[in-house]
Amino acid sequence: MISYEFIHKFSDVIFVGLFFVNNKLLKTMSNSSLPNYLEYKGKYKGIFAWIFSTDHKRIGLLYLYSIMGFFIVGAILGLLMKFELIAPGKTIMEAKSYNAVFTLHGITMIFLIVVPGIPAIFGNFFLPILIGAKDVFYPKLNLLSWWLYIIGAAVAISSQFMNGASPDTGWTFYAPYSFRTQSNVLPALIGAFILGFSSILTGLNFIVTMHRMRAPGMKWLKMPIFPWTLYGTAWIQLLATPVVGITLLMVVAERVLNIGFFDPALGGDPVLYQHLFWIYSHPAVYIMILPAMGIISEVIPTFARKAIFGYKAVVISTLLIAFVGYFVWGHHMFTAGMSGTSLFAFSFLTFLVAIPSAIKIFNWMATLYKGSILLRTPMYWAVSFLFVFMIGGLSGMVLGALSINVHLHDTAFVVSHFHFIVFGGVGFAFFAGIHYWFPKIYGKMYDAAWADTGWIVFFFGFLLLYTPMFYLGIAGMPRRYYDYVPEFHFANILSSFGAFIMIAGLAIIIINLFRSAKRGKKAESNPWAGKTLEWTIGSPPIVENFEEIPEIK
Amino acid sequence: MTENNTHDHYDHEGSKLGMWLFIFTELLFFGGLFIVYAVMRYKNGTAFGLAAEELDVSIGAINTVILLVSSATIAMSISSIQLKKTKLTLILLATTLILAIVFLVNKYFEWGAKIEHGLYPGSESLEQLGHGEVLFFGLYYFMTGLHALHIIIGIIFIAVMMVKVKNGKLNVNRFVQLENAGLYWHLVDVIWIFLFPLFYLIA
Repeated sequence: MISYEFIHKFSDVIFVGLFFVNNKLLKTMSNSSLPNYLEYKGKYKGIFAWIFSTDHKRIGLLYLYSIMGFFIVGAILGLLMKFELIAPGKTIMEAKSYNAVFTLHGITMIFLIVVPGIPAIFGNFFLPILIGAKDVFYPKLNLLSWWLYIIGAAVAISSQFMNGASPDTGWTFYAPYSFRTQSNVLPALIGAFILGFSSILTGLNFIVTMHRMRAPGMKWLKMPIFPWTLYGTAWIQLLATPVVGITLLMVVAERVLNIGFFDPALGGDPVLYQHLFWIYSHPAVYIMILPAMGIISEVIPTFARKAIFGYKAVVISTLLIAFVGYFVWGHHMFTAGMSGTSLFAFSFLTFLVAIPSAIKIFNWMATLYKGSILLRTPMYWAVSFLFVFMIGGLSGMVLGALSINVHLHDTAFVVSHFHFIVFGGVGFAFFAGIHYWFPKIYGKMYDAAWADTGWIVFFFGFLLLYTPMFYLGIAGMPRRYYDYVPEFHFANILSSFGAFIMIAGLAIIIINLFRSAKRGKKAESNPWAGKTLEWTIGSPPIVENFEEIPEIK
Repeated sequence: MTENNTHDHYDHEGSKLGMWLFIFTELLFFGGLFIVYAVMRYKNGTAFGLAAEELDVSIGAINTVILLVSSATIAMSISSIQLKKTKLTLILLATTLILAIVFLVNKYFEWGAKIEHGLYPGSESLEQLGHGEVLFFGLYYFMTGLHALHIIIGIIFIAVMMVKVKNGKLNVNRFVQLENAGLYWHLVDVIWIFLFPLFYLIA
């Protein structure tokens, strides 16, 4: 029997450990004339020089370590679920524990990792550099966002340690169960609310930064694609997050003050909760995936030795995805009870939103066409991103069709679909990004052979983990069940073994990166012959990035 | 583009842009509640009308006037700081502050009277009235309560601005924070302008 509370206590150890390793890394760093951001000595010392730093690069790394810490926890929780599903019946945990584990897995992965993920880590680190600025517009607000993130995470996780059961609602907090259950839903709700504020403030900061701080000569249409995708994302963070914020507050009021919004016993409407929740949470998928597409749009041109094909089409499709993404939330609720007209409209819009995504795929393909392709680790990740993202996207089309959706709703097929998009899309792009920018962040080169090994093991494990779940879903296995009929045994074994392989790949990747950050060979300032501004400055960058603000011709 | 010095960085336009973005966020925050209100009202029109008669229109109207006047005084304080009239700025800000507190005092008595009559979520006498009334008063307390919370935050904002005007940190060259506080106060005002008819007037 494995207790997941134990793993949580473990996670704190990992988290503190990451900071410790980071401080060790600093001592081995080399220097140039001006102190680089890792060596710079401000008014605080030790760990305080990090957690009170307003340097966007240090804040980016704070997010990197905190998010990686939570990611390891979330991945272990996922692994526990796969252990449970390796055989029918009870394997390692009871049904109730399973409910708590998938809830915590969802809350951690969504609210703590993929939603903030790429904008908070790479956006913070590289947005100012890519547009030729010394920092973001509001550096203190930026630090506040990280603190809100940590506070929100702590509040959400405190639900595990309080008296009473861990939350068991799933990450969606559907009414009326979310205010009827006796488990500790309240801290989880309040934590998610605080995390929303962190996200809003980051988005606000990025928009103002891009409006006011682009280097002289960098017109809007000269901005690299990654900042553009952050721009689209920032608007969604700004305009969609408050809706889920107020919705979660209403559930809190419903639990604490007995105010009826969603409780049918008081005349409220539980389906209304679902609408409000998905008005945010569907655009949130685009908060996750747009910056991922941005990274891919930086990596592919660099390693194809070509400018991106159809720059304007990529920019416009980014903004279109951000815009149309607001109007498709209903496709999460096809079976919840809606009028025929709404069903039709939501289904149609869902198909529509696929078009700008497809435009991007074609642009990336066309960028590769007749390029002199250099196969390095970031490129492996980028190309495999295309593969998994297309599977994820096309299975989304299957779910967007009304009649098929009735059959597949709430089955393993849905789970597989969104893991292909959210984990395949965002995760692969994240790993592409970390392997692309690692030499810039640490001024060190990683061991490419181990990095490639990690990629192939991870990629194979990923496919083996999620592909059988498409079959399981079609065959009728519901999601969020800890048990299944014997007919599903074989596919579940495959899937569980895929999980083990994938975790092994993940371990190789993370260990390799940590070792390399410490002991790797010194990296050149432009190891990939990249064309964007971050490659014109030293590795690691100096404190305010540029000795002189560059002029863009 | 603008100067990018992070140590002494003053960009009037940029700061205002940031405040406007924050206001968009606030609008959508309340927007979620207005959606809930609209749905509930559509389903329980008659009950909402009957429940609205329980509210005191005159207190609501007085509070509306108070907020409108306070919006005017804070706007005037922004003009007067540009005319280098520090003392007048402080007087106008103090007036805004006092009006905001009077608003809250009125609110306190209004809520107090309702609660005394047993009209609060979870009370027995409210639950006897039926679903529509329960929903109406639930929304009433939640929305006006959230609005009152914004008034309190606004009071803190204005108090900080007064200190900054007094010690010269806000002056004729640098007054964007005061302008942002004004924007925020207008937002609080505008939200009330919608809450007042929705709860008090449509009977």
